[in-house]
Amino acid sequence: MADPITLTINGRALQVPAGTLVIEAAKKHGIEIPAFCYYEGFTLQAACRMCLVEVEKMGKLQPACTLPAAEGMVVLTESPKVVDARKGMLEFLLTNHPLDCPVCDKGGECELQDMVFRYGAGESRFVEIKHHENEKQWSPAVYYDPARCILCYRCVRVCDEGLGVGALGLTYRGVHAEITPSHGDHLECDECGWCIDVCPVGALTSGTYRYKSRPWEMNYAGTICTHCSNGCKTTLSVRNGEVIRANNRDRSGINGEFLCVKGRFGFDFVHSDERLQTPLLRKDGKLEPVSWSEALAAVAAKFGEVKARGGKFGVIGSTRTTNEENYFLQKFARQGLGTANIDHHRSGDVVMLLDALKGKTDALAMVGDLYTTRAALVIGADLSQQHPLLAVQLRADYRHHQSSTFVVTPGEVREDQYAARSVRAKAGEELAAVETLREDLAKHESLVILFSDAIKGDAVRKLVAFGDSLGTAVKYVCLQDYSNSRGAMDMGLLPDLGPGYHAAPATGLNMDQMLAAKDLDVLWVVGANPLEDTALASEGAFVVVQDLFLTETAGRADVVLPAASAYEKTGTVTNVCGEVQRLKQGPKVMGVKSDLEIMGLLAKELGLSLGIWTPDKVFEEIRKTVHGYNVALPVIATGGAAQTTPVNGGVPVTVRPELIRSAGDTLFTSGTLGRYSKMLQGVMEAPGELYKR
Amino acid sequence: MTFSPELEAKFAKMVQQYPQGRQKGALIPMLLFAQDEVGAVTPDVIAEVARRLSVKPVEVEEVIGYYTMLTKEPRGKHHIQICTNVSCMVTGGEELFAHACKKLGIGNKQKTEDGQFSLEETECLGACSWAPAMLVNYDFHFVVTPEKLDQLIDNLKKTQ
Amino acid sequence: MLLNKPHPLEVKVLTRRYEYPQKDAIGVDEYVAKEGYEALKKALDMTPDAIIDEVKKSSLRGRGGAGFPTGLKWSFVDRKSPKPKYIVVNADEGEPGTCKDRVILEHEGHRLIEGCLIAGRAIGSNRGWIYIRGEYRTQIEAMDRALAEAYARGYLGDNVMGSGWAFHLSTHTGAGSYECGEESALLESLEGKRGNPRLKPPFPATSGAFQCPTIVNNVETYSAVPDIILKGGEWYAALGTPKNGGTRLVCLSGHLVTPGVYEVPLGMPLMTIINELGGGVWKGRKLKAVIPGGSSSPVLRPEECDIPADYDSLAKAGSMLGSGATMVLDETTDMVKLMARIMKFYAHESCGWCIPCREGTAWLAKILARLDEGAGTKKDIDMVDELAQGMFGRTFCALGDAAAMPAMSFVKKFRGEFEAKIANAKVYMPAPQTQPLVVL
Repeated sequence: MADPITLTINGRALQVPAGTLVIEAAKKHGIEIPAFCYYEGFTLQAACRMCLVEVEKMGKLQPACTLPAAEGMVVLTESPKVVDARKGMLEFLLTNHPLDCPVCDKGGECELQDMVFRYGAGESRFVEIKHHENEKQWSPAVYYDPARCILCYRCVRVCDEGLGVGALGLTYRGVHAEITPSHGDHLECDECGWCIDVCPVGALTSGTYRYKSRPWEMNYAGTICTHCSNGCKTTLSVRNGEVIRANNRDRSGINGEFLCVKGRFGFDFVHSDERLQTPLLRKDGKLEPVSWSEALAAVAAKFGEVKARGGKFGVIGSTRTTNEENYFLQKFARQGLGTANIDHHRSGDVVMLLDALKGKTDALAMVGDLYTTRAALVIGADLSQQHPLLAVQLRADYRHHQSSTFVVTPGEVREDQYAARSVRAKAGEELAAVETLREDLAKHESLVILFSDAIKGDAVRKLVAFGDSLGTAVKYVCLQDYSNSRGAMDMGLLPDLGPGYHAAPATGLNMDQMLAAKDLDVLWVVGANPLEDTALASEGAFVVVQDLFLTETAGRADVVLPAASAYEKTGTVTNVCGEVQRLKQGPKVMGVKSDLEIMGLLAKELGLSLGIWTPDKVFEEIRKTVHGYNVALPVIATGGAAQTTPVNGGVPVTVRPELIRSAGDTLFTSGTLGRYSKMLQGVMEAPGELYKR
Repeated sequence: MTFSPELEAKFAKMVQQYPQGRQKGALIPMLLFAQDEVGAVTPDVIAEVARRLSVKPVEVEEVIGYYTMLTKEPRGKHHIQICTNVSCMVTGGEELFAHACKKLGIGNKQKTEDGQFSLEETECLGACSWAPAMLVNYDFHFVVTPEKLDQLIDNLKKTQ
Repeated sequence: MLLNKPHPLEVKVLTRRYEYPQKDAIGVDEYVAKEGYEALKKALDMTPDAIIDEVKKSSLRGRGGAGFPTGLKWSFVDRKSPKPKYIVVNADEGEPGTCKDRVILEHEGHRLIEGCLIAGRAIGSNRGWIYIRGEYRTQIEAMDRALAEAYARGYLGDNVMGSGWAFHLSTHTGAGSYECGEESALLESLEGKRGNPRLKPPFPATSGAFQCPTIVNNVETYSAVPDIILKGGEWYAALGTPKNGGTRLVCLSGHLVTPGVYEVPLGMPLMTIINELGGGVWKGRKLKAVIPGGSSSPVLRPEECDIPADYDSLAKAGSMLGSGATMVLDETTDMVKLMARIMKFYAHESCGWCIPCREGTAWLAKILARLDEGAGTKKDIDMVDELAQGMFGRTFCALGDAAAMPAMSFVKKFRGEFEAKIANAKVYMPAPQTQPLVVL
């Protein structure tokens, strides 16, 4: 870091590193300099002129957002000249800005309101007719009201610099200048809505939220997005039990304020008309609504009967339910039902990675590492489409730290825009392509390797051996599909491994084997849809399904138990990098129960003693018994992410690469869940294309 | 889409005139010359120019809105621009513009029904010493009087 | 071809080859026959430092409006930079009242080409662009013809006059924007973007066209260079006044007997220019006001006009020499209407990037239009001044200042006319009430 220099702001001598912008120097020392266009992490605009300050020996007022602090500089941020300039800027801004605050979505959380309140004049001298343009709908997700727009260009920058999408621009000029979407009259983009979030005024509004509520009428629940595996914190705005908005303006969580279309708009499945809200029991071949007690009794009776006669169970867990639920499920299966036939939909070969690392827990990358690493290698994944947060992190690392990203994919990806090198490699030829990058990769002092299901089985071992041979600090991310794909593995939803990747007492059937077993007596599916494209071989099997919707699997069930989504419960989930975060309940949906509660009630019905089944108690047990999960509770409790290191040494592993199958979701799909989001279905970009952008 | 061979040759030469990888430099000239040939910056032109210069569609939208000479709507065959900025105003530019409106029966930024004439009140054309000045497409006319304007329009009408 | 009758008081340097009437552009043969490209030949044997020194000695200042010393500007370019260096000609000529560059582009493109070549030699450049406003299609075509001739004769190309040095030059058309006359906005436009000005620093000498070291000068500035190299900087400097070297083109417009573009030495008295070259105020009327350097320069009352017309003298008088556009207004001129028109122009041309210029020019245009229609109040007159002061020095680029300066000067110097408009209003307009935004 550069040597510190001393400057004086409002009579206070402050020490900051040379080159620090005056606005940042002031902020660090608790002096606020107001600004609209200045936005940390993005390019400088000096457009809003709100941050003009008086600097000794400089004739004109200077924008603090572009002025580097220099030794001996004397700055005044509250002098009469500065105060007058600010007042003037706000007066200028309000000349054409409609004062429709009473009906504006942003009312109450509008930066312009706050600025005028704090720095503006009490009255305006403007008596002319305002320039007006009507509001436009750009997409189902994004609306634009040019009249309200103050042209701070935040939206343009997050879209272009933050995401590499560049779907927003500026058109016309002077007082007619406005933001234009990619295609003149409509938007074709990631539909992530980041632009809406950063808008300081109500110019960009959200299709799901507009005109629905005042910000102070809602409750807020900071929870974790239930879609992909990146584990973004999303703050649900809940009004009368209904989620009407999701964002993360407080920048808490590993994602800061970033969310993709799924995180920001894909919450609407919660209130889908197709949500199951009452248990269903098959009577005379038809699923009929029944009471919870009747349904649970039917399941318990069957489970008890099959267990008593030593029949064959098959248990398939979920990649979206909580760690507590997954842990409890495997305990239920192994201890309660006495079966080893337990599995889940695996989408990345974490098992093999953990084995290959042989206990090197410092070789597991966290999301934050992607922003600080000197280099990254992406293998076989369309990162921007499948792991949007990871893609944004890498792009930010490049933007702020000039890091190098290397890409090995079968087709073009968005990372090519800034990649140091992109190599096109067909499926199965990835490792050979990686080898060609050896010299480039070895040059960097730190490297994070992200790999998809293209690298599995022995290929993972070879990749780790390659990493070891580079002579540089290498960390890995094994990419997986869903919000708790990693947790499902960690909690032992595997036929051969128990929680923490210890060998299970007995090895059971894997998912494919269960579905193919003609003599299966019971198939118990918790939050998964294995029968989406596969038929169950055992025609006589009694199928119990816990789910939100009547999926293909639920349609085949004998008993369907309506489950709560991740947004309606508490518990913890583990993201793609192994970071544990806590869910917080936001909305409420009538008639459903969390999977943990369902399992607890079933255990009670069966007379099993599997311990207390509240999320807190189960998590306590996980912390005590699952290797690497003894994470600091305060971190989790305060909404932070704690890294887990669930292995210490080799894993007793059975190599079964054919079981690792990513569903290949795009930005606009999310397995079965995505089918029930009107927003994800409704945007014109859906379902998106992999390896094309 | 393709343009006339002359224009294609011009474009081929044009893209060579900017540093390698910075061919976007040719964007504004290309749009203007394409507009001269096609009549307007149509969606086809936007897509084609964006493709040739490897720019995003929004980058084309940005400049179309900014530059007054670029238009998405076709103008008249004879686009008449009359300057009413200071030097022209004090020598009769405003009266000339009013006269043109009356003569053609159209207002500012409007087009005659037959599509022959369009009219625009324009900012300084850089012909201040020979004011009032006007442009018909790219042809300058200096020290224009209402009578000269009448004659000019009548002649243009005859050549249709 | 647009040439006014030469006037005996003119000092012909830039225009020395022009004939009256000049039928066609001066072709390469005629140019070469009359010392054309001799300066280039000389410059090819000089060191870059020697060329820059000669330009410095000439005290040539930028003719685009800002009047920055040209030699100094060239010396800012880091010639050791590994990046390519570029020459950019600002031929956007948009400042109302200015119509001189078109004369050079149309009549003697080779002079400009030669100037660019010498500048390119001085900073070690191999490429340049002539950014010409889109409306000047005729001039662009004339320039293209001159460029083709220069290429054909080996004055441009991979081996300039057999020296082994490559220099390429081409025209680049604008498409309608005053703001693109601002050098950084022009560079943005050259790169295919909106003409929004850039953050400075870095200045073009460090990071200009395509983020490479660049010098941007006006057509007239480059065109003065060949004679400076040929006859020496000192010779050129001596034509003008101290620190204001040489001759310049003055564009006379407005209420004059013989408006036109004339070449005069720096420091020629303003009234001489108006009365002798311009033939005095037309129709035997009295002089009311002079706008000495394009519409953004503060207006002068007749009693302020007895000054030499050079950069420093006009600055002292509270105005500026600007782009050399001198607009003369007779006693019948409606100054309120004129100011309203000027502000309408700036509101139209504001790029919209920063708040004070975008909102300020639009607001001022509305107030001034209202005042012009006789629907204003005395408070409005004060407000024009207050708002202009609120813009002045606070905008992103100089366009805000360019709009604010005339507004402040008109209100200050012709307040009586503004008041008379209100007094003689045919329409009664109640005083607008201020509207409280916050009830405290």
